[in-house]
Amino acid sequence: MLLLAAFAALPMVAARAATPPDTIVIVKQIDDIITLDPGEDYELSGVEIATNIYDRLLRYEAEDVSKLVGGVAESWTVSPDGKVFTFKLRPGQKFQNGDPLTAEDCAFSLQRVVLMDKTPAFLLDQLGWTKDNVKDLVKATAPDTLQFTIKADLAPSLVLNLMTSIVASVVDKKVALEHEDKGDLGNGWLKSHSAASGAYKLVAWKPNESVVLEANPNFRMGPPKNRRVVVRHVPETASQLLLVKQGDADIARDLSPDQLATLSGDKDVSVASFPGSDTWYFGMNLADERLKNPKVREALKYLVDYDGMVNSFLKGRMFVHETFLPNGFLGALDYNPYKFDVAKAKKLLAEAGYPNGFDLRMDAPNTSPFTEIAQSVQQTFGEAGIKVSIVPEELKAVLGVYRARKHQLLLVSWGPDYFDPHTNADAFARNTDNSDKPATKPLAWRNSWYIPELSKETAEAAKELDTAKRIKMYEDIQKKVTDEGAFILMFQTAQPVAARANVTGFRAGLTEDITFYRLTTKH
Amino acid sequence: MAGPTIGGGRIPGWGIVRRVLRTLGSVTLTFLGLTVVTFFIGRVIPIDPVLAIVGPKASNETYDRVRAEIGLDLPLPVQYWRYLLKVLHGDFGTSVITSQPVLRDMLDVFPATLELAVLALLIGVVLGVPLGVVAATHRGRWQDHLIRLLSLFGYSTPVFWLGLIGLLLFYAKLGWVAGPGRIDVGYDDMVPTVTGLLTVDALLDGNSEVFVNALRHLVLPASILGYLSLAYVARMTRSFMLGQLRQEYVLAALAKGLSHGRVVWVHALGNVWVQLITVIALTFGSLLEGAVLTETVFSWPGLGLYMKNSLFNADLNAVLGGTMLVGVVYIGLNLISDLIYPLVDPRVRGQRR
Repeated sequence: MLLLAAFAALPMVAARAATPPDTIVIVKQIDDIITLDPGEDYELSGVEIATNIYDRLLRYEAEDVSKLVGGVAESWTVSPDGKVFTFKLRPGQKFQNGDPLTAEDCAFSLQRVVLMDKTPAFLLDQLGWTKDNVKDLVKATAPDTLQFTIKADLAPSLVLNLMTSIVASVVDKKVALEHEDKGDLGNGWLKSHSAASGAYKLVAWKPNESVVLEANPNFRMGPPKNRRVVVRHVPETASQLLLVKQGDADIARDLSPDQLATLSGDKDVSVASFPGSDTWYFGMNLADERLKNPKVREALKYLVDYDGMVNSFLKGRMFVHETFLPNGFLGALDYNPYKFDVAKAKKLLAEAGYPNGFDLRMDAPNTSPFTEIAQSVQQTFGEAGIKVSIVPEELKAVLGVYRARKHQLLLVSWGPDYFDPHTNADAFARNTDNSDKPATKPLAWRNSWYIPELSKETAEAAKELDTAKRIKMYEDIQKKVTDEGAFILMFQTAQPVAARANVTGFRAGLTEDITFYRLTTKH
Repeated sequence: MAGPTIGGGRIPGWGIVRRVLRTLGSVTLTFLGLTVVTFFIGRVIPIDPVLAIVGPKASNETYDRVRAEIGLDLPLPVQYWRYLLKVLHGDFGTSVITSQPVLRDMLDVFPATLELAVLALLIGVVLGVPLGVVAATHRGRWQDHLIRLLSLFGYSTPVFWLGLIGLLLFYAKLGWVAGPGRIDVGYDDMVPTVTGLLTVDALLDGNSEVFVNALRHLVLPASILGYLSLAYVARMTRSFMLGQLRQEYVLAALAKGLSHGRVVWVHALGNVWVQLITVIALTFGSLLEGAVLTETVFSWPGLGLYMKNSLFNADLNAVLGGTMLVGVVYIGLNLISDLIYPLVDPRVRGQRR
């Protein structure tokens, strides 16, 4: 200790400084970022950063995240058959370097997603676009007019929602092509540079360390008030807590409930909670004879202590939500039929022929709060005689087991891909090919839940032009999945945010696509 | 074992050549062994490296394409052979996480770890050796007990716990040092990167503010790592010294009238250095490993944090590259300590003559 004191004495001369006044410092786990090219970027933290760098064709804007408005586009029309979409761009827009933004850039940006065929390309592939046809189907018909045609039967509201997602980010064509390397459409360079027209430009991304953004003077709404935003990778949440308490960080994003509890009464730090869009659930593999029995599945749904968990270790972090569309999404439903009820579960198990329960294996990620949920469920299942053995693994390993359908019971979470109900319906309520080699592996398939009829309803809902009718269809599909499905749907996430008292206006969005930095200010 | 002779005398220098050859041979074998072990361990971990690239939502078509692209459909020995050939050409592949060549990543992250480990080692040696000597000369008395307790605490306490408690105390409560990270946000990127060692770069640039800030960030993690090496170095010094103090020459020197201090600190300690060099070299190696947890707690963007992230993301090239780097450092340290022996051991010097 003497040693430390001696070492500390020297640097004491420099007074402890708070973060610079024009800079917002966010501490967060951002080791998932592998690229910041919006045509490739699909990791949660990466998409959030790109949301703030690139403007998109359409947006759910920071000022009102519930309303679909124009982004780069000012207005749009859809042909009566729902196949041709025409967008009129706002006049006088510029990229960060001053280049004018034209419909040519918009067409190029959409085309390059399909041509590069990286992770998020599937979002546009579902429009029927391929490497061969995308250049014909997506075109600039005038410098301020973009027009595209879709080849698939999809509801216009779905297509428009897709144009608010990461793949509709507008990239400066000239700059991207200047940095093209072996026909990569600028992908290599754009991984760590920006050619954008959004609120910020990218100054630097150092993997596992930080992302630095600077206000873009050419942003169509004017540059944001905070000049710089620094997102720092702090893997240890206890360190995040100390940093925000000391004022070396303005906002901490990954604090656990017990860490948040230590902040109550701290007048320098305020805590707020925003709904997130992740669904936490158990998958039950119907390849297992016992789980194939609907009565057994229903019994298990009564054996989860939903309220007990959200009132204890999940407090502030999740709330009970037993349907697959998160609150805030079109068609979301307030339908929570299952409560913890051992007597009812025992009766159902007896009817199913298992009065004494059985042994069950559960694969679960080995991090908090997966571990705590797994343990709670192990205990409550035990009350009805079901002996659960937990297999804790790295999340990536659990996902491997899941994709190979090697589980019995498996705990995991799911996040929507874009702001439209189809993204989750397509995962939870579609499985038309239960063979071992389907083209894709939706969640219903991963649990061997073969549902040709329900899959048809899901496909119909995606096509429905009348929004009111469409909502009704999703409500119906959700109830069926909750009641009969291969999932124990439990929680929707909440995102607690701890911010310094002098920092206001930060809101964690329902998805990364609507988490904005530009309204955050420091006094 | 005799070398070729000319007229009964040995060819001068042959011994050195043979020694160099033998060292090179063992280095090559060690290196090969290292590649085999890391490669095969990398292939049996339960995380699917293809999923790490394509994500859990990918279609089967994409999955199979990427699997073939990274050669995972080939037999293991073929995969290994390909990997080895690439490594021999200095190509460690590209990291999934950073999309950069792994070698480039290593050059980016290693200086941060080196800076931490060097300062930690300095603390460990400068304080650990004298403590060990004092413990040995005061064997059984309170000084000895105190120092042994200190050591015991050092190598039996988890480093992440020490790190968190250290942060809580010296950063949050007392404010003596700066928090997690290498530098305050306000000072980021203010000095050009020359060596990658932030304190050195700041000095080269003549920027005292950045130097002080970087040092304030460095002190705590380095002290904690240094404490671990101190614990080990002090314990080993103590036992080596006890061995020396029992020798007859010590008694003879004292009888001759030399001062106690001179006998202990010059004669006895002088003979201990040979053994200590091996200990210190090993300590330095283990500091690189110990850095994994320390770097996580302190958000220190070095090799440890890099390896941890790569491992959890099944970024095989990065894991193999990082392991190889640590391995090469170990091999290098062994070579260096071999070279230093003759400088401090009069007997080895004598053989040379």
